[in-house]
Amino acid sequence: MIRLALWLLGGLLLGGIVHLATVLMLPRMATQDAYARVSAVAPINAVIPMPPPTPEKAMMPFMDPAFAVSVCRYDLSRGTLKFSVPISPAYTSVSFYTRSDIAYYAINDRAAGRRVIELDLMTTEQRAALPEDQEITAADRLIVTSPTSTGLIVIRALASEPGLMSAARAALAAAQCRPQ
Amino acid sequence: MRLLFGSVFAFAIAAAIGLGATWIALTRGTAYGGVTIGVWTAWPKSGTPGIDPYARAMVARTGELPVGSGDGVAFYARNDDAGQALDGRCDVLMGGITPQARFWTITLYDPEGRLVANSVQRQGFTSQEIIRKSDGSFEIVVGPRARPGNWLPTGGVERYVLVLRLYDTPIGVATRTGRDAPMPSITKRACL
Repeated sequence: MIRLALWLLGGLLLGGIVHLATVLMLPRMATQDAYARVSAVAPINAVIPMPPPTPEKAMMPFMDPAFAVSVCRYDLSRGTLKFSVPISPAYTSVSFYTRSDIAYYAINDRAAGRRVIELDLMTTEQRAALPEDQEITAADRLIVTSPTSTGLIVIRALASEPGLMSAARAALAAAQCRPQ
Repeated sequence: MRLLFGSVFAFAIAAAIGLGATWIALTRGTAYGGVTIGVWTAWPKSGTPGIDPYARAMVARTGELPVGSGDGVAFYARNDDAGQALDGRCDVLMGGITPQARFWTITLYDPEGRLVANSVQRQGFTSQEIIRKSDGSFEIVVGPRARPGNWLPTGGVERYVLVLRLYDTPIGVATRTGRDAPMPSITKRACL
């Protein structure tokens, strides 16, 4: 009886380890995560518009239908990236995600404070390799460091009324992400 | 023999408990660090690099992208104020005011995060579209049949989720109570 209880206890402990291991492994094993879904349609280092979500078809679950969305799947292994987008009439935001869908940085039009959101994207190593004087002269240049060499930039413009959707799309159509 | 039986028994328990707990944690939406105000729950930490492992696993499973914390925050409601699950065959009144934010949107999804089809192609409202009362508060009727004023159609689905997204808002990781963030109430009225 005691032997059985010990086996049971051992099984429970091992179960806890299995649980933690699967939770930690899952992001690495997932084949249908947002990055994989975007990779299926988006070329590297280019901005493409995402189709608006409809009841029949959506790129990802829980997309906000009031927004026009464009995405840039980036790869910094060949060099840094220059990103720019003009702000739309209502609200524009730029969010950065790592290869494993972690949101590591986001900025909106008000925080950017200009008519155009402009920034340089680089890895921590590329940032460290920047000549120091250059960093001083470009003090007003916004530099975002990516924890991974690949990831996603998601650009979103609000159409505060349905009639403003085309204006939001037009603003996003002028977005650029290109290697320097 | 006894050793073999014992270890098979222990491994079976480990697999059942471990995988079962993972499955439940990922399907029931029980990520840690949620901010609950009334019936609304948000996970502002999910939009930061400090996202917890459970939320990460959930995001990887569903394929969604969390709202970045510099962008906004998303509050989810699956129940009304009386604790009953939101039913698309009933009229539900959502009213009151929203926390401070430059813009907000309210959207209706099915429990898997898909938009719900309906005759008028309306899946939500933005803060600019809504018709308000003279004191600035608003009322939205969420229900299967057309209503005057702000009507959000449910398409008659059995279960749905309301998502209130606040953009450019001070609400976030530091928010704890309803006094910082007054959320709209959700009350059930008549059912079909």
